Amino acid sequence: MTTFPEDSILVLLETTPSGTPARSAAGLLGAAAEVGTPVALIVAGPDGAADTAAAAGDLGAAYVLTAQPESVSSLLAVPTVDALAAAAGLVRPDAILISNSVDGRDAAGRFAARTRFALAVDAVGVGRDPEGIVAHHSVYGGAYSVDCAPTFGAPVITLREGAVDSRAEARTPQIESLDVPSSGIAAASIESFEARTVTSTRPELRGAVKVVAGGRGLTSQEQFALVDQLADVLGAAVGASRAAVDAGWVPNNYQIGQTGISVSPQLYVAIGVSGAIQHRAGMQTAKTIVAINKDPDAPIFEIADFGVVGDLFQVVPQLINSLSARKE
Amino acid sequence: MKIVVLMKEVPDTYGERKLNLETGLAERSDSEAVLDEIGERALELALSLAGSLDSPEITVVSMTPESATTTLRKALAMGADKLVHIADEKLVGADLGLTAEVLAAAIRRTGFDLVIAGNLSTDGQGGVIPAMLAELLGVPHASSLTSVEVSAERVHGTRETDGGIMEVAAALPAVISITERFPAGRFPNFKGIMAAKKKPVEKLTAADLEVDPEALDVPRSIMLAVSERPARSAGMKIVDEGDAGEKLAEFLIQNRLA
Ligand SMILES: Cc1cc2nc3c(=O)[nH]c(=O)nc-3n(C[C@H](O)[C@H](O)[C@H](O)COP(=O)(O)OP(=O)(O)OC[C@H]3O[C@@H](n4cnc5c(N)ncnc54)[C@H](O)[C@@H]3O)c2cc1C
Ligand SMILES: Nc1ncnc2c1ncn2[C@@H]1O[C@H](COP(=O)(O)O)[C@@H](O)[C@H]1O
Repeated sequence: MTTFPEDSILVLLETTPSGTPARSAAGLLGAAAEVGTPVALIVAGPDGAADTAAAAGDLGAAYVLTAQPESVSSLLAVPTVDALAAAAGLVRPDAILISNSVDGRDAAGRFAARTRFALAVDAVGVGRDPEGIVAHHSVYGGAYSVDCAPTFGAPVITLREGAVDSRAEARTPQIESLDVPSSGIAAASIESFEARTVTSTRPELRGAVKVVAGGRGLTSQEQFALVDQLADVLGAAVGASRAAVDAGWVPNNYQIGQTGISVSPQLYVAIGVSGAIQHRAGMQTAKTIVAINKDPDAPIFEIADFGVVGDLFQVVPQLINSLSARKE
Repeated sequence: MKIVVLMKEVPDTYGERKLNLETGLAERSDSEAVLDEIGERALELALSLAGSLDSPEITVVSMTPESATTTLRKALAMGADKLVHIADEKLVGADLGLTAEVLAAAIRRTGFDLVIAGNLSTDGQGGVIPAMLAELLGVPHASSLTSVEVSAERVHGTRETDGGIMEVAAALPAVISITERFPAGRFPNFKGIMAAKKKPVEKLTAADLEVDPEALDVPRSIMLAVSERPARSAGMKIVDEGDAGEKLAEFLIQNRLA
């Protein structure tokens, strides 16, 4: 039976439907390696767990626990939480790191409520002080930095995807399969699942280095294509304001802001976005902000490094042409 | 059917929101307090479901400071039947664990078939309270729903995550959380406002719920440090004279951003 290091950090790895570690895995293991020894927990269906475990090692997991509760693909959250509880009991980690995704938050919330461990959500980094693990947060759109820690015990921390840049060194992990007793707690059942198909070759919005975002100023789904075109010339990810999402021009997971995704790219281009405070909350930590808006008083200009007051239907096509011409 | 809607009072996100640099708590005086928009959407859903359910009773449960009473009355004016307001000095600055414990106790006391919460509140980071409540109440949790159907025994809905879209279902009693794709809350009309005056409001403390906010045997998350980042300032702003696209291209190239 494996004994786990004193400074173990238990990481719940999300997997894609095809069984590979999800995008959030590298950042979670990177953060864990900064403060201790990463122990990855993979909760997945029966196929492919061995490949996933090796892939987790490539991302820095020193140990991998694989759990295969029968009901994992038919019940929401509870089987994962049962596995987390079993893993935490075995590993006795200094902290438990989970992605701040919808699934991650469901698991973290239930797990913390069950075990009474202190919970910190949407951290942008972790640290260690003599007392233990500390979670770093960026709140109110990056206006404040806040550090949190538990009064005692290991904290459960959900980590904002794309916020941690550091990556752990690849290892050959020690792999062990984990026995998971079912808690029998009532769960919602999954009747069907349709994986999001990745139709574009564009970078992922979370953690993107460049982002082009479009707002209500684009006026229609057809015209929103301008945003896509500029993004492709720049090699950028595409995002949107809530108004553009509400209008149905782009999917829900394009939304940037308070109740959408928070991004911190090198370049943020806002097109036809007014810059409402709730939108700014998700992008104002970008390194360079560029805004194109016909209203000289649009609040987005208050934080833009380069603002263009003009009609986006004139400015953006010219920008695209100019950039493409220079590329050739 | 007993429906509990969870609502929160938050600093208005349209104003500038401030944290106290010593306590790390929201400065309530600095920004106007409003009902959290997502909570209003949750109540709107409850009101729209009520018509098709057997003897529906909608109770709004909120843990928020004493001063929120007036804000919370709006929920009664919108059409909720009853308000349970947990206000207690000892709960100011409560962490997620304590908040969930208190809300779970209040929901149990009220009785419930369906709890409707927002997926994410707008005052700081969150999005875990509904899951914590489901665990403490020992019931299913269908989270981040973009559509909901309720019958006498079951709730069914569409759940959206980064990974994809799923159809989920749960037997009642259950907790659900909804996203902002649900319609905005209605404006209370005069009739609603008048009716609200006669509706029951129950005020509770932690002690009434047999929760000890100062218990030392449960780990709590505490704030160690808070700091403010310097505000961002505006840079260059040009007015398009027919060549702004070119100029912008130049700016991007010069800064190695294109
Ligand atoms: C609780 C809460 C949470 C919220 N969360 C979010 C969030 O996460 N993300 C978010 O984005 N919003 C959020 N909002 C909504 C936010 O308040 C704004 O309503 C929204 O951001 C506006 O989107 P917009 O800038 O696209 O639209 P508008 O504010 O309508 O702005 C459109 C802009 O386009 C410009 N424009 C129009 N035509 C042209 C043209 N031809 N050329 C150039 N410019 C043009 C206009 O001048 C205008 O400035 C939230 C609101 C609340 C209350
Ligand atoms: N103090 C509270 N009082 C009532 N409801 C709450 C409270 N905190 C959270 N909730 C509910 O839980 C949802 C998600 O909140 P949070 O987990 O804080 O993001 C909110 O939209 C509310 O429905």
